[in-house]
Amino acid sequence: MNVVDGLAAGRQAFGTRPAGAPTIRCLGVSKVYETIEGERIHALADIDLAVHEGEFVSVVGPSGCGKSTLLRLLAGTLPKTAGEMFLRGSPITGPRRDIGIVFQTATLLPWRNVLQNTLLPVDVQGLDKTTYTARAHNLLQMVGLAGFERKYPFELSGGMQQRVSITRALVHDPAVLLMDEPFGALDALTREQMNLDLQRIWAAARKTVFLITHSISEAVFLADRVLVMSARPGRIIAELNVNFSRPRSLDVMGTPEFGRLVTQIRHDLAASGALD
Amino acid sequence: MNEVSSSETVARAALEKPPAVPGALFARLFARVRNRPEWVCLPLTLVLVIGGWEWYVAAYKVSTLILPPPSHILSALHTGLASGVYVKALLVTLQAILLGFLLSASVAFILGTLISQVRLIEATIYPYVVALQTLPKIAIAPLILVWVGLGIESKIIIAALVSFFPMLVNTIVGLKSASADKLELMHALTASRIKTFFLVKLPEALPYIFAGLQIGIVLAVLGAIVGEFVGAKAGLGYLIIQMNYTMDVAGMFAVLVILGVMGVVLNVLIAVLRKRVIFWQRTDVSAI
Ligand SMILES: Nc1ncnc2c1ncn2[C@@H]1O[C@H](COP(=O)(O)OP(=O)(O)OP(=O)(O)O)[C@@H](O)[C@H]1O
Ligand SMILES: [Mg+2]
Repeated sequence: MNVVDGLAAGRQAFGTRPAGAPTIRCLGVSKVYETIEGERIHALADIDLAVHEGEFVSVVGPSGCGKSTLLRLLAGTLPKTAGEMFLRGSPITGPRRDIGIVFQTATLLPWRNVLQNTLLPVDVQGLDKTTYTARAHNLLQMVGLAGFERKYPFELSGGMQQRVSITRALVHDPAVLLMDEPFGALDALTREQMNLDLQRIWAAARKTVFLITHSISEAVFLADRVLVMSARPGRIIAELNVNFSRPRSLDVMGTPEFGRLVTQIRHDLAASGALD
Repeated sequence: MNEVSSSETVARAALEKPPAVPGALFARLFARVRNRPEWVCLPLTLVLVIGGWEWYVAAYKVSTLILPPPSHILSALHTGLASGVYVKALLVTLQAILLGFLLSASVAFILGTLISQVRLIEATIYPYVVALQTLPKIAIAPLILVWVGLGIESKIIIAALVSFFPMLVNTIVGLKSASADKLELMHALTASRIKTFFLVKLPEALPYIFAGLQIGIVLAVLGAIVGEFVGAKAGLGYLIIQMNYTMDVAGMFAVLVILGVMGVVLNVLIAVLRKRVIFWQRTDVSAI
């Protein structure tokens, strides 16, 4: 496909965002991995993006296009090769405390109960236990886990475990929530329920959310804006605004507008060679 | 019929139609045994082996100097225990085992932590540790006796030496076993090394450490007994050597029974502790 066109589309879209310092900002970010055999893998190329305060942005792209890489760069757990990244105006140079992350697997600590797992960031960062315990209880209530505080991860279903990992990501009140295919391991029904819950949590917590997903309909259902990435090296090749009113019900997925957006994203992905 | 107990009753209850109240109890018992046949088979094996042994020795008139029948061993055990000789020896040996084991486990944990967490220490010390591990530790026992003497100290040191390496290796492997996911999570949360160690690496290592302890305790028993063989003034190993001189074969078997029971008890204690500490684990990590 024509790389330059895609790039231009991304840049142009970036330019149309409203004024005011964005919460997340990437300028010309790229990432090259060196494998053990000395091979250089160009995972991300020249990523420009901005996410604004309180905005919900989804990223879709083919497998291996660098979505997780982008998330790790934002989380500061991986050094970038080139470009600039800012979070609330300050450069991202390493892991930081104003970020909450949800991974594809819940990654709970099996020797900690639900409440203790939620409070992990509080223990790690030495925050005030009493204040944050109250907050943890509120969050657990919000995700429907009230009464499960003393249960251990092996006593929970996959969906419940992922809910705990969401409360863990939010407990220290970060400005930004980064999510890497958080519901990829769940069955379709649980996944829809989790989408509704996430919308509710987002509405209540008013966080800036950056969600990576494989599911086009999940991306459209949840987001204010969907970014579409090309196959490796990953670039942002399209950007779509989603204007359904909130809170959205699952019925939104049956509307012609929803279908149009999904089809549009499919086309963008296909045009980038992702669906060959 | 209420006086009769154990497997015989169970077998009979199986044949008869159960009568009123005690019958219902037997029926329940029978139902449980049918689900868990090992409850009968396990003790039955012991009964068969010991019975066969007794019968074999009597039937073929085997010299009691070569293989004493279980009844002789039992009476030797009884007189030895009654006179207090075995208990005194047991306490000496047990003390050497436990102190040696504790010493060894502590050093293995501290050194294992340093080797697994500090790259320079790993690079400097670990190759020597691996090289030394190939040495048969028991071969050092006479040397230890020369250095430390015939007292309990030499047994403690030998027990510690013999049980050390599996515990060290298991500590190292365990402390390196934390999954990349969990470590990335801690990294993203800005956790310090100390926090990562205590919140993730150490709990993750516990199954391995306990597997090491279970091997270690068996080896500590071995070490203490070998130490007493080489030279001692008291203890179960010393008793075996003495009985060997006087051809008290039944007595030697009696001491072996005591050693066996002690080994099982020590192992069960660690297994129970392990279950309580690692409550979240359902499957066992195999020992390394
Ligand atoms: N540590 C690494 N070393 C070398 N190459 C890597 C490394 N991590 C990822 N890659 C490569 O970089 C590319 C992007 O990986 P990444 O995990 O970001 O993809 P992804 O978009 O998240 O894929 P998926 O949707 O399957 O999760 C892949 O081709 C992968 O092989
Ligand atoms: Mg990924």
